[in-house]
Amino acid sequence: MAGLELLSDQGYRLDGRKATELRKLQARMGVFTQADGSAYLEQGNTKALAVVYGPHEMRGSRSRTLHDRAVINCQYSMATFSTAERKRRPHGDRKSTEMSLHLKQTFEAAVMTQLYPRSQIDIYVKILQSDGGNYSVCVNAATLAVIDAGIPMRDYVCACTVGFVDETPLADLCYAEESGGVSSLALALLPRGGQIALLQMDARLHQDHLETLIEAAMTACKGVSKVLDEVVRQHLQEASVLTGE
Amino acid sequence: MKDTPLSNCERDFLLKAIEEKKRLDGRQTYDYRKIKISFGTDYGCCFVDLGQTRVMAQVSCELVAPKENRPNEGIMFFNIELSPMASPGFEQGRQSELSVKLNRQLERCLRNSKCIDTESLCVVSGEKVWQIRVDVHTLNNDGNLMDAASIAAITALCHFRRPDVSTQGQEVTVYSPEERDPIPLSIYHMPISVSFAFFQQGTYLLVDPCEREERVMDGLLVIAMNKHREICSIQSSGGIMLLKEQVMRCSKIAGVKVSEITELINEALLNDRKARKAGGKCGFAESMPQERITALKKDETPVEMTDVTETANGIIQKGEAAPQTYPELNYKLGYKACKKWDTVLWHSFKWPAGGDVVEISDSEEEEVVILNPEVPEKPK
Repeated sequence: MAGLELLSDQGYRLDGRKATELRKLQARMGVFTQADGSAYLEQGNTKALAVVYGPHEMRGSRSRTLHDRAVINCQYSMATFSTAERKRRPHGDRKSTEMSLHLKQTFEAAVMTQLYPRSQIDIYVKILQSDGGNYSVCVNAATLAVIDAGIPMRDYVCACTVGFVDETPLADLCYAEESGGVSSLALALLPRGGQIALLQMDARLHQDHLETLIEAAMTACKGVSKVLDEVVRQHLQEASVLTGE
Repeated sequence: MKDTPLSNCERDFLLKAIEEKKRLDGRQTYDYRKIKISFGTDYGCCFVDLGQTRVMAQVSCELVAPKENRPNEGIMFFNIELSPMASPGFEQGRQSELSVKLNRQLERCLRNSKCIDTESLCVVSGEKVWQIRVDVHTLNNDGNLMDAASIAAITALCHFRRPDVSTQGQEVTVYSPEERDPIPLSIYHMPISVSFAFFQQGTYLLVDPCEREERVMDGLLVIAMNKHREICSIQSSGGIMLLKEQVMRCSKIAGVKVSEITELINEALLNDRKARKAGGKCGFAESMPQERITALKKDETPVEMTDVTETANGIIQKGEAAPQTYPELNYKLGYKACKKWDTVLWHSFKWPAGGDVVEISDSEEEEVVILNPEVPEKPK
């Protein structure tokens, strides 16, 4: 967008954050009783709900059963009121299908599917308010939901979107920054081993800057993982207090 | 219809070969297959052969009303058709996962990187703009459709000429190609995607996987770059976990490959321009090779011969260690049976320790190494 300075001279962004600062992350686990696992996550103004069913018997096409591991089925959708203009097709269009595929790929790498052969794990994510970083918020919410469902994972899957402006990487982009034509990189990371589950980048970026950008993304993801860990421990504490353990 | 499933033997063979850094067609790890670019009779029609993978791209344009939020920019529309012609596994009309992936990847590679100046496509701001439509059809799938499609799309866009327009106030006149020469699109840079296939949880990587290699791969990393070493898009897919160093290495390899491919594209465009100026015949029919049998000639198949001498020597050494004679089996050799042939050995056959035998065949294949205990003979 012309005229909007994404990074001011003093180093402040549009919403007053510094370049490496993440947005405020708030999350709740176990929001729904019907689902096996659920979570609600807010990152700044982006709000997402994630729900996990499973592992359960393969539904639908039996032919897609895998004999040695579980199939992960993801569905990503955006609420029609989530964006500034009303969304006419919340799911089924190409972008949503692509997002669902990416989520599936991310969680296939992280969830220990070998423990549940011939079964299916469903992950449904819905964006209630979209203010940039949709994919990252979905991944973070889905991680919490999978943990809430008690499905074993190799590590937390943390994701963050970073952008590159004026030779500086900006962590956790908001919508205004994303649509400003900034090169943005979305990274899903398993923090302990530093393994990248998904890497996605759009817009032009010189090869020399790639390393800095990936480094910044990994640092941001590690920051997110700390917050998620806090949330999980808090939830466990509350749950154990309620059950009187 | 469903694709024929890959047998376990084939899968194990491919993976084992990859571990030994060998590929089915004899390429090196970072080698691309032979790329051939040809053009059709109309401007904007391009055929790309990547080995046996064949795709066709066609660019067309139309005057439409622009989008509300971008009144002075043209519209780019990309579409990759996976037709059943290319592979038995593709179904007509159904939007399969692969189709969505390829379409989104091509869109991200070409649209988000802003390779075309969309503002130059504006005719009357807010009312009429050019809508450029790129249709890529897959004709034969032998792996790596993404790279072939990206090369075809960008080459077709470079080749395309749109009709000239002039505006007088609110009136727009579109000139036909006979009245005024059509003008090319203004292209800033040429993003080309390079695919890396990962095997065995990221331990081995191959550039430009063929169809068989794609079936056994764990995951794919697609990096789109232009020759100025700007990365236009990166996308990792499949359930693999990458390390940062792997991504950096792949981006360096991609840089090298992209500059080679860009040169090839520019050369092809130049040749086509010369051919058209000279008034020569050009088009799809002309680009098909003339199939006339004038001599019996076969393509040379590259065969790995580097360690043949050592292997043969090794077998001969082992052969000399324990010669065994089976005179009673001579009759099985048919007309070739003769008493001086004491042992028959396949060149890849491990000498049995216990002394049992095994396989004797009366075929006349060249791999048979026939040994005499005294004099080792060379295979015919």
